[in-house]
Amino acid sequence: MAQPSIELVDVNKWFGTFHVLKDINLSVDAGERVVICGPSGSGKSTVVRCINRLEEHQKGVIRLDGRELTNDPASVASIQGDVGMVFQQFNLFPHLSVLENLVLGPMKARGLSREEAETPARHYLERVRIPEQANKKPSELSGGQQQRVAIARSLCMEPKVLLFDEPTSALDPEMISEVLDVMVELAEEGMTMVVVTHEMGFARKVADKMVFMDEGEIVEQSAPEAFFANPQTERCRKFLSQILQH
Amino acid sequence: MMKPFLLLSTLLLLAGCSSNGTWGWYVINPTTASGWTNIKFLVSGMGNTILISVIAAAISIVVGLVVALPGQSSKRGWRIVNRVYVEFIRSIPLLPMLFWVFYGLPIIFKSMGLNIPIDPFWGAIITLAISDSAFTAEIYRSGIQSIAKGQKEAAQTIGLNYIQTMRYVILPQAIRRILPPLANQFIYIVKMSAFASVIGMQELTRRANELVVTEYRPLEIYTLLIVEYLILVLIISAGVRWLERKMGSDERV
Ligand SMILES: Nc1ncnc2c1ncn2[C@@H]1O[C@H](COP(=O)(O)OP(=O)(O)OP(=O)(O)O)[C@@H](O)[C@H]1O
Ligand SMILES: [Mg+2]
Repeated sequence: MAQPSIELVDVNKWFGTFHVLKDINLSVDAGERVVICGPSGSGKSTVVRCINRLEEHQKGVIRLDGRELTNDPASVASIQGDVGMVFQQFNLFPHLSVLENLVLGPMKARGLSREEAETPARHYLERVRIPEQANKKPSELSGGQQQRVAIARSLCMEPKVLLFDEPTSALDPEMISEVLDVMVELAEEGMTMVVVTHEMGFARKVADKMVFMDEGEIVEQSAPEAFFANPQTERCRKFLSQILQH
Repeated sequence: MMKPFLLLSTLLLLAGCSSNGTWGWYVINPTTASGWTNIKFLVSGMGNTILISVIAAAISIVVGLVVALPGQSSKRGWRIVNRVYVEFIRSIPLLPMLFWVFYGLPIIFKSMGLNIPIDPFWGAIITLAISDSAFTAEIYRSGIQSIAKGQKEAAQTIGLNYIQTMRYVILPQAIRRILPPLANQFIYIVKMSAFASVIGMQELTRRANELVVTEYRPLEIYTLLIVEYLILVLIISAGVRWLERKMGSDERV
């Protein structure tokens, strides 16, 4: 059997004395889509941020394609190039044009020439359906457009895995679907994705696996049909009924 | 506004900085041959004042950045290095530091078997640069901290290393906030360069001191000195405003 794309084994993390992640075990196969949900403060962001080493875990093992995450700066940089991340707040570089946002990583981290970097960048802008905005500054775009630029920026690094941390939570309602549509397309093309979101419609459509977290633990982990139809724990049932109400 | 000012200046005059209670503007009267010679003598220090200030500021801008970066580290040891440097250096008054560099450093060098003489020119520059670097480091720190944490994280997730993140993402954004206070510091350096006169550096203040000794007209001569620094500072301010405007318009492209 092929090794999992992402593997977390008994991962623990503390912020000072606060035990934020407790024995997290999670395995994501290549091409698999995992959706993580749970109440605010349950540790969803922290899990995702440990996977690309924005946070350091203190116990347990995280492997990406079989390579263990360590403190070695070279390996951290190479892993961060292989694992794309889309943030709630977009985090585009405001002083650079859209196109410059996209080519920065490929040019500086991968050593491509401007031409080598621009061709795929324009291709990805097309895929997120904003090719005409290439020369604008991020501040000139709507929130939904900015988030799609952020997705394209990640794609330009040809990541093996794409992480999303509440990618639509900062968006006005009418812009959520334009971002989700792009994400659904990515999923259909076989991208390995870990998505923290409360968009349960999206989760039903694309998820291969649902993960429910509460108070730093993975409380439930199952296929979406079973997850939505028949949650195993009271906590999960309560959470689902709350967010499915509206 | 005008009245207290007049009162104050009158008091100053009465206090008699001027040697015998009268004005002696003739010493710097450009229409007389001797007055013109004096003015030329005084202004001839301008080149060195500008030179040591510019070189010291250039060094301080680099050293300040080198000192500021460990202050941003996640490692406590690096942050301590930064804090110790900043707190120590900025607490030393310029005059004792100047003596220390000019007279002390050569002794230390000699005890290390090195023969590095320090002339007034470099003594002044080193002192001004080091003293100022503690302040520039703090300016960089607040500039870098003003950039949201998400920017650094986004740079990391597209594989940029630390230097690249600073060079392409953080500093270009921080520079607009850093520039005005840096310009302020440059003005500070220009004024503090007056201390270089005490180790014999031939700059504006030294020239004034020397002329005072021969002419014994301190009030008039130091008035001209003030005007000389005023002109320098006004030129710098105008330059900075021009630069800020230029950068501001760049960003809107
Ligand atoms: N840098 C930090 N230092 C200290 N505590 C932190 C830090 N980051 C997060 N926490 C705490 O860790 C817990 C988990 O945070 P995390 O952001 O992972 O939650 P989350 O599930 O993503 O919540 P949300 O839905 O609000 O985004 C929270 O209680 C939070 O206050
Ligand atoms: Mg979160």
